[in-house]
Amino acid sequence: MALGLGCSSRPGKARNNKTGSWRVFKPIFDHDKCTKCGMCKTICPEGCIEELEDEFFVPNETYCKGCGMCAEECPSDAITMEQEEK
Amino acid sequence: MAETSCELFDCGHRACGGCGAALASRLILKATGKNTIIAAATGCMEVFSTPYPETAWKVPWIHSLFENNSAVASGICASLKKQGRTEKVVAIGGDGSTFDIGMLCLSGAFERGHDFTYICYDNEAYMNTGIQRSGATPYDASTTTSPAGKCSIGNSRPKKDLPQILAAHGAPYVATASIAYPSDVVKKIEKAINTPGPCYVQIHAPCCTGWGFEGEKTLAIGKLAIETGLWVNYEMEDGVVSRVKKVIRKPVETYLKEQKRFRHLFKPTVNTEEIAKIQAIADKNAEKYGTDLKLKNKPDPVVP
Amino acid sequence: MLEITEGSHAVAKAVKMSRPQVIAAYPITPQTHIVETLADMVADCELDAEYITVESEFSALSACLGASAAGSRTYSATTSQGLALMFEVCFNVSGMRLPVVMTIANRALGAPLSIWNDQQDSISLRDCGWLQFYAEDNQEATDLHYIAYKVAENPEVLLPAFVCFDGFILSHTYEPVDMLIQEDVDRFLPPYKPVQKLDAADPISFGMYATPEYYLEFRYEHDQAMKRAKNAIHKAGKEFGEMFGRDYSALVEGYRLEDAETAIIAIGSLCGTVKDAIDEMRTAGKKVGLLKIRCFRPFPADEIRDALSHVKRVAVLDKNISVGAKGAVAIEVRDALYGKTMPVLGYVIGLGGRDVRISDVKNIVSLAEAGKGDQFYGLRLEVL
Repeated sequence: MALGLGCSSRPGKARNNKTGSWRVFKPIFDHDKCTKCGMCKTICPEGCIEELEDEFFVPNETYCKGCGMCAEECPSDAITMEQEEK
Repeated sequence: MAETSCELFDCGHRACGGCGAALASRLILKATGKNTIIAAATGCMEVFSTPYPETAWKVPWIHSLFENNSAVASGICASLKKQGRTEKVVAIGGDGSTFDIGMLCLSGAFERGHDFTYICYDNEAYMNTGIQRSGATPYDASTTTSPAGKCSIGNSRPKKDLPQILAAHGAPYVATASIAYPSDVVKKIEKAINTPGPCYVQIHAPCCTGWGFEGEKTLAIGKLAIETGLWVNYEMEDGVVSRVKKVIRKPVETYLKEQKRFRHLFKPTVNTEEIAKIQAIADKNAEKYGTDLKLKNKPDPVVP
Repeated sequence: MLEITEGSHAVAKAVKMSRPQVIAAYPITPQTHIVETLADMVADCELDAEYITVESEFSALSACLGASAAGSRTYSATTSQGLALMFEVCFNVSGMRLPVVMTIANRALGAPLSIWNDQQDSISLRDCGWLQFYAEDNQEATDLHYIAYKVAENPEVLLPAFVCFDGFILSHTYEPVDMLIQEDVDRFLPPYKPVQKLDAADPISFGMYATPEYYLEFRYEHDQAMKRAKNAIHKAGKEFGEMFGRDYSALVEGYRLEDAETAIIAIGSLCGTVKDAIDEMRTAGKKVGLLKIRCFRPFPADEIRDALSHVKRVAVLDKNISVGAKGAVAIEVRDALYGKTMPVLGYVIGLGGRDVRISDVKNIVSLAEAGKGDQFYGLRLEVL
């Protein structure tokens, strides 16, 4: 049976929904100003800010909805929101 | 890189941009870890995270009805006990489910003392169905079923004190938290799930769509709620209040004027009488919980 | 082993031997003796189950839902108002394909308030996707619990089941019952093996919401499972018969039906009275027979059609009424016999515990012979 029994599902398919398409504004991360505090990653409602090997952070553009919380909360003002050209 | 993410709450969920409850979901799972079973109530968090076949939950999760997650959790607890299993049981509901329709099951589960944690993400209205008033809606807030109008100032009742009610059930640990202070949320949930017996954590989750502010301001609004004394972060162990978050209080207007749900208190004219009543609520909270920071060698903060 | 035992006690023993891991109990007349007996068994360490004294029937079934989803065999019992309160959860449990088994000690629904027997409660929930078994006597009430678990937990079925027996008439009556022993039940009913469960080792989201793109197909699957239950009942009932000498493979059972001109259809304890009435009528030369419906969901339409193809008239006894329409069983039987020419006449009787006598059954046969049906039988005109 292809349908999940009783309307159930294993994890993974949420990723099919690429919420990055919702975006009007896009966060731009300035690593020169970044102090690597990790606040952006902590508070992103999508959980789509990823830590790179050098401990700086980048948003995952496939899922980022452009809400701007990271820009608002960054203590170093290292994130700015720019209108995205599509 | 996304595939190797250790987040237990997946990307691709359908919460509004800037959603407080979505952040709460992530923080809850950060605290609980993988060895958790979640019993969810119908509501925003459930709807934005599980449209078949897309689920954002990477832990076992069950949604039954709007009002029975505590009873479902009770059954899960009993089953795990019988099977000798160690997963933590966490019930999650919004304020509509928790404060109102779910009170029966919540009270029963706490009275019976099951070893589980109930987490309420409190966005202060029935948000998923379109911003209707709940028992957690604050005084004077305009909702679609308590709208401000020519002969109404909005919601005419104060917020139900559910933490106290559950402490009165003998809950060993009860806490309030706010997504504005994320590591505090995680700490309190960790403490709750590791305290035997029924524990309760109420997380303030500001809602940009329902309260009427820009999504980027979610944490800022949450902070203002605490800084004005309209939300108090505290813990209760066996009913005794402790670890209250202290603030230098700001006047309630600084919080109210940022949100469209209180716009009627400022336009067309400033309703000083109602704002004073709300200030009185904040003052009473401050007095009851001792939130006002007393600085050495400085006079007590004066709040108009 | 043959015992003279109260119906409730026999059911409790059957439940105990079915080894539920979690029992959720809320008291309601006339089911109380079942949950009390089970509580005694747990208290005396005769039954190793988690017994949750919930705060309402709504919570009872919700707790069973959670426990079943977590992988446990579960049990609850209710009736009437309690079952009505569980309405929402009933659809949820069956839609989520959780094999909970619940005893219904059939009782009338208020208003007006009544504690006495009729079948309105379970019959009113015929749409919710639960299997429905009805016991004629306490032997069947006991045996049907083992059958119910076996069928419910069959991976081809995975549906919850009501085991219904008439409140007070059966629940509080002492009858001889041949009780199985634990070893026998264990042979027939192995431990519950869930097809899927809440498990951190294999996380699954249960009870997601279905958009219009999917809902119809889920409901179709649900209905298909109920249809597959017929075979599962045949199989389990036959196996039970081979092991213990009482065959439950048939969803319906005829009594002196083979050459009957008038067929009476009845459900539950009424069947005992009807059989006695038939014996008397047969002695007097009337060719009457009974078709007992033991399984109401899945509805045995084909079986009814086959069993009644030769009769001249059908009298359906309904201990329920779909207010504004007719007795629900009569409506469904008529549908099963669509295209046949014999009259199908319905009689609403025994509501709210009104006694049904052998003489009443004989009167109804006379009414049927005169073509008079679709009525409330036995109205006390003097109080109207």
